[in-house]
Amino acid sequence: MATIKSTMPGVCYRRPAPDADPYVEVGDTVASGQTVALIEVMKNFSELRSEQEGTITKFLVEDGEEVSIGQDIAEVGA
Amino acid sequence: MKELIVHTGGLSTTVQDAGRDGHYALGIPPSGAMDQYSLRVANLLVGNDERAAALEATYIGPRVEFTDDRVCAVTGADVPVSLNGDPVESWRALPVRAGDVLSIFSPVTGGARPYLAVSGGIGVPEYLGSRSTYTLTGIGGFEGRKLADGDRLPLGDAAGARAAGREVPEELHPALPEMPEIRTVIGLCSYRLTSAALDSFLGTPWRVTKDADRIGYRIRGGSLDFVEREQPHGAGSDPANVVDLGYPVGSIQVPGGDEPIVLLNDAVTGGGYATVGTVISVDRDRMAQTKTGDHIQFVRTDLEGALAARRERSERLQRVRELLGA
Repeated sequence: MATIKSTMPGVCYRRPAPDADPYVEVGDTVASGQTVALIEVMKNFSELRSEQEGTITKFLVEDGEEVSIGQDIAEVGA
Repeated sequence: MKELIVHTGGLSTTVQDAGRDGHYALGIPPSGAMDQYSLRVANLLVGNDERAAALEATYIGPRVEFTDDRVCAVTGADVPVSLNGDPVESWRALPVRAGDVLSIFSPVTGGARPYLAVSGGIGVPEYLGSRSTYTLTGIGGFEGRKLADGDRLPLGDAAGARAAGREVPEELHPALPEMPEIRTVIGLCSYRLTSAALDSFLGTPWRVTKDADRIGYRIRGGSLDFVEREQPHGAGSDPANVVDLGYPVGSIQVPGGDEPIVLLNDAVTGGGYATVGTVISVDRDRMAQTKTGDHIQFVRTDLEGALAARRERSERLQRVRELLGA
């Protein structure tokens, strides 16, 4: 099982804006390079992208949770 | 063509040198490299004046392409670096040629800010005597902003640069401890804190929040009580308010008693919050290498302690200069 890891510390959001739909839900397929979350740090919002294609099987952080560098954000199955 | 082509700018990469000193009274903060030691060592490795302009990245570094023969060096945070896809060492002079691509990857594994110096220095125009970027007002650096994909940075003349192949041993790298001790001179407005609050300030492991950048670091983890008083004319109603004063660079203010902010290189130069202490200049380098989620511990020192720390850093830099024949 591969995981998508955060490339920076900050606060992890699952949607591009508070009133928007989540980027992806569990069960959705993602393409390589597809955005799955937003990380806020230093007043920057950076998109976190999947490095591989597959199906999101689990989110490992809550929406709005603080994450550290390298922390697993989501699991991607084949 | 003397340029550095920015393939990707990274998260927040800016041109910084030793700083824009001398204009604080006009409300212009010094800017400059947050970790001055790492900036200076990077410049020494490539044969530059140690105050020359280099690139400062945070968390995610840039990918850049060279357009002529240069020497470059990466210092600061521990981060994977590659040249044309092959891993290369930090704290070492790296000769490069036209077409070579240097990548400073994420994730940083220790510290927060890598530095990239290039022989000849980053040749953006000086503004008020410095090439440092101050993004809040958009002055200095490359167009007054962080680097973006596709930027082309002018480089200075590399003729003065020395031969490559030298390195700085680990004992002369900055320590990147789990919870850095940040030496602090208590004051100017510490009289506003109760003595229990001052003890609590020094005894609390403070956590760095997501709002931690070149302007300042917001930290959390404790709550400090202020001495009760009738606020003087000109001070606001928050017990953390005082009549406006100039903020020392590195000073720590505590809005609301529970939201300390350490003011750093790009911070506002004055205002009406009680500054309870000032991080010594040497340990601003340490602050620069702490990241969101890290904990820091303030340790009380005095002016003599601050000056001794400065001497000790000067001696370390002198050892680097001697080692590199600079």
